[in-house]
Amino acid sequence: MSAIRVEGLRKAHGPRQVLRGIDAEVNEGETIALVGPSGGGKSTFLRCLNGLTSFDAGMVQVAGVELRPRTAPDAPQLRALRARVAMVFQSLNLFPHLTALGNVSLAPVHVRQETPAAARSRAAELLARVGLADRGDARPAELSGGQQQRVAIARALAMDPEVLLLDEPTSALDPEMRGEVLGVLRDLARTGMTMLVVTHEMTFARAAASRVWVFDEGRLVEDGPPAQVCDSPRSERARAFFAHG
Amino acid sequence: MLLGWNALTCAALVAVGALARIEKRGELRWAGDLQGGEPYVYRDPADPSKLDGFELEIAEGLAKRLGVRQRFVQNDWSTLIPSLLRGDFDAAMNGIEDTPALRAQALVTRPYFTFSEQLVVRRRFPLRTLAALHGHRVGTLSGSLAHAILRETPAIHIVLYGGQEEPYRDLELGRTDAVLLDSVIASRYGLSKPDLELADPDVARGTYVIAVRRGEDELRDALDAALADLMSRGELEAIFAKYHLPPQPSSGAQAAAQPQARFDSAQALLFGRGALVTLLVSLVSMALAVPLGLLLALARIYGGPAARLSAHWYVELFRGTPVLLQLYLLYYGLAPLVHLDALTAAILGLGMNYGAYEAEVHRAALGAIPAGQAEAAAALGLTRGQQLRLVLLPQALRTALPAMTNDLISLLKDSSLVSVITVVELTKQMTITAVDVRSWALPGLVCAALYFGMSYPLARLAARLEARLGAPEATGALREAAA
Repeated sequence: MSAIRVEGLRKAHGPRQVLRGIDAEVNEGETIALVGPSGGGKSTFLRCLNGLTSFDAGMVQVAGVELRPRTAPDAPQLRALRARVAMVFQSLNLFPHLTALGNVSLAPVHVRQETPAAARSRAAELLARVGLADRGDARPAELSGGQQQRVAIARALAMDPEVLLLDEPTSALDPEMRGEVLGVLRDLARTGMTMLVVTHEMTFARAAASRVWVFDEGRLVEDGPPAQVCDSPRSERARAFFAHG
Repeated sequence: MLLGWNALTCAALVAVGALARIEKRGELRWAGDLQGGEPYVYRDPADPSKLDGFELEIAEGLAKRLGVRQRFVQNDWSTLIPSLLRGDFDAAMNGIEDTPALRAQALVTRPYFTFSEQLVVRRRFPLRTLAALHGHRVGTLSGSLAHAILRETPAIHIVLYGGQEEPYRDLELGRTDAVLLDSVIASRYGLSKPDLELADPDVARGTYVIAVRRGEDELRDALDAALADLMSRGELEAIFAKYHLPPQPSSGAQAAAQPQARFDSAQALLFGRGALVTLLVSLVSMALAVPLGLLLALARIYGGPAARLSAHWYVELFRGTPVLLQLYLLYYGLAPLVHLDALTAAILGLGMNYGAYEAEVHRAALGAIPAGQAEAAAALGLTRGQQLRLVLLPQALRTALPAMTNDLISLLKDSSLVSVITVVELTKQMTITAVDVRSWALPGLVCAALYFGMSYPLARLAARLEARLGAPEATGALREAAA
């Protein structure tokens, strides 16, 4: 069964066409690596999947919820979708006034009405899972970049999402911190979580992704298993990207 | 001995200097206050470039006898004597009552008018004497002879005003139960209102005198002689008749002279009470201004077009007009529609005014939060209200705290403005005491110390709160690390 289905997705920022008709499908448990040159539409595509960015035409269906064009980013019907689709931002956007535990348990308490005690003990489990068992009481400013990124992942997982969207989760990190985060993501992929990861990490894409998508100038130009897409891309665009990237 | 002789010649030189100075200059400079000046000295309503009033005509008569012209100097009534002592003009003549307090500071001429203190009440009000009014609110002018009389009367709640019109307006509205003021003011401003009537026409007697600086005895004597001449020729009577002044009571007992007050524990207690009123007004106003400001800021950022526009104009109007004017409008201007007591009006007025400033503080603080914070909260499924309450406002309030502390300290001092609507707070108490003890230095210093004693702990408290909430720089560092 498909976790995500996208048909004819189009989006323009003013005169600039950002997405020029995307058709795509993701099965449950798949990990998709979205690659391609900057400005190719990867991030915008990801944001359309949970309604943070509205689109102009086409259809998006995620975890059984269908989105129509021009749905406002704060429309009430999006809450049902967001309960099933979590996102990790490139700029993390951790809440600086809350501790790591507070960040992770906020949505379970206020969206899913869990008791604070239950939400906190589950948050502690999640932090342990990303290797931060002893940093629960630290505020984001007291954590390293890699630790912050792992808190952001734990926060996304706290809602038990069916789909996890990650926008360049390692781009702001030092090489060794990158390793810790990629390790967490590989473990997640193995558990059967459906994931879409915008990334420049080709080694990660090869090792963890079930498919690689290449975005260029608002089009999905290549879609296939990592080895095939990276080593013998069919499209001219993808060949150019891998030759330079 | 030598020193004494020196002092004497100096005094003589100054005294000779005063009259010589006026003659050389060719004009007698005298001061009064045109605000509420009728019938004393006021702008001619038919020709506002000209002055009118019985004191103007007396000044003309006096100047003629000194062989010079008269020249009026505008000065706030409450500071006529300090300004005289500073040397801003030669003489002060503006319904100034002859009191021991005045004589301790300045020389006074012979009286030019004798008045009676009159008690005015609403029509058919049952209490007709001062003694009967114990426990009731009685209005009067701050620093007047009537004020002194009221303070000697036990258990009267005194309400102080800065102008002649306001006490009678509040009496009409039922904010007070009686007004005690002299017969000139009572007949002109009080009994002209159809709902008011005279209860006691002769509570006490007093006189108007002209004040000159000490050491200028020659000027005082010259003015005395000129006044005597005006009287003997019947000119003074003619002037009073022309301005319809009430008949002067045949000379009677003066009001009991009060002994000069000292700055003692009783005064200190009054200061303490004034400080409490200041603190109460400031804190409650701020407690009103912060949520109001927050509401306005939210309306401006998240509201529909109508809410945005209303909030915008609220802020611009309340910031763009003087808070003093807003207090006047709220207390006197709106009185026929909404009946607010003075303390409520003071708190509401300051609260609504500061609300406009707090709105901008909150708007800036909310604007400083990166857009990603609201997006992250939305992506987690939080509603708009939850995003605000759980994510945005806690961060915004932390950022706004230093500016809010600043405004609270500023409000603590601005609260002295509410004395114009009869609230006796710290600064007003200071001016009352300063007149009583005939010195501005000690009461002024004590008053300053009390203000500082309130604002400094508030600043420390806010600093500790800031430390507890964590520095806002932390979010900046995070953003950098994440970028």
